[in-house]
Amino acid sequence: MIKIQTPLDQNLINELQAGDLVFISGTLYTARDAAHKRMIDDLNTTGSLPFDITNQILYYVGPSPTPPGQTFGSAGPTTAGRMDAYTPTLLDLGLKMIIAKGYRSDAVKQSLLKNQAVYLVAIGGAGAMLGKCVKNSEVVAYEDLGPEAIYKLEVEDFPAIVCWDTQGNDAYIQ
Amino acid sequence: MKIKTISAERIKEAVKEGCLAIQYKYSPKMQETMTKYMDQEKSVLAKNILKILLENSDTASENRLPMCQDTGMVVVRMNIGQNVQIVGGSLREAVNQGVREAYDVGYLRKSIVGDPVFDRKNTKDNTPAILYTEIVDGDEIEIEVAAKGFGSENMSALKMCKPSEGLAGVRQFVLDTVRNAGPNACPPLIVGVGVGGTMDYAAVLAKKALFREIGDRHPDERYANLEKELLEEINAMGIGPQGLGGSTTALDVFIEDFPTHIASMPVVVNINCHMARHTKVVLS
Repeated sequence: MIKIQTPLDQNLINELQAGDLVFISGTLYTARDAAHKRMIDDLNTTGSLPFDITNQILYYVGPSPTPPGQTFGSAGPTTAGRMDAYTPTLLDLGLKMIIAKGYRSDAVKQSLLKNQAVYLVAIGGAGAMLGKCVKNSEVVAYEDLGPEAIYKLEVEDFPAIVCWDTQGNDAYIQ
Repeated sequence: MKIKTISAERIKEAVKEGCLAIQYKYSPKMQETMTKYMDQEKSVLAKNILKILLENSDTASENRLPMCQDTGMVVVRMNIGQNVQIVGGSLREAVNQGVREAYDVGYLRKSIVGDPVFDRKNTKDNTPAILYTEIVDGDEIEIEVAAKGFGSENMSALKMCKPSEGLAGVRQFVLDTVRNAGPNACPPLIVGVGVGGTMDYAAVLAKKALFREIGDRHPDERYANLEKELLEEINAMGIGPQGLGGSTTALDVFIEDFPTHIASMPVVVNINCHMARHTKVVLS
């Protein structure tokens, strides 16, 4: 069983192989459609992002509301392709790992290779179980976007599968 | 002939209960089907993924967390008996109020934007629902409620086939659509197919197909056989759970048909994920 603890270590990232099942503990930042659009708008207007993305993990998710007595709502991955247009810019800024589900464009795959970053997939439809891996959460930006806000999550043993590794191997059958 | 009255309040309650009944665990039939496919899987990763999905259903019901964060757009199909009069409010408002209340008390995600192109502002209560009504014989109202996720909805497709493409054309389009959906639609999938009618009606039929129960075969043997063959062919593609390889790509294929024009053969493939969230209640 491969365990990953943040902050990410480039040597470990380089060792990951497409198809590996890993368990991540530490910090993830969430962002999906609207947050991506705003991040890029912010970059264009102010030159910076609302958080330091260097060496971080971005998780594409729009969680369900947190019920009383729970630490977080249901939180499975959303489809990655909609974020393709924004992704190379964020990778060039030092983003090291993305967790989502579904196919990526060739431009994203090339940018991942160039930046020695990796794309992992979480299990679509396992939202309750993935939500239970979240031990703590806080909104760090764009609170008005509700489920699309950027959250900083502390997770424990969050399962994901390496989909596109730093050697350019793809776990998806295409 | 006696007219029967059914209150809008009862319809609201039925829609609300329906919305809440489908979010927190697999149906018994889905539980059984997923277990069967998990046992059959040869790929270790695929087996593990199916196991995690089954555990997710347990985690969801134990913690009253929705199985998936995409708690969907609500689709309501109603068969309204022609001897029924709805009293005490508007039907459409009753449906939307049922959705509103369920998504509030159920801590379900509100995923609907009011204007699709210009504003894309969240309506914040998951309304409106999509509502199909049909007037049928009788003095009951049959209400079917589904919560449709859009990871799979986005991978659905339409083709106005030429009649000359025939059965092979239908088959090819279904397989192409599933292949193209790949991991994006969260396999294992339920595949709904509508053939015939008009462009729009084929889509309605494909959606209607997704309301069937796993294992329910088309009454016409030719279509029933096509459903079984397509399921086998899809599972022979090797896409597997989450697109990571394996023999479990779809759990069932349902086809609904309707007469069509001499010039055409519309085919719509509407894809659903393994949660297949839908339920039915009859008000009498």
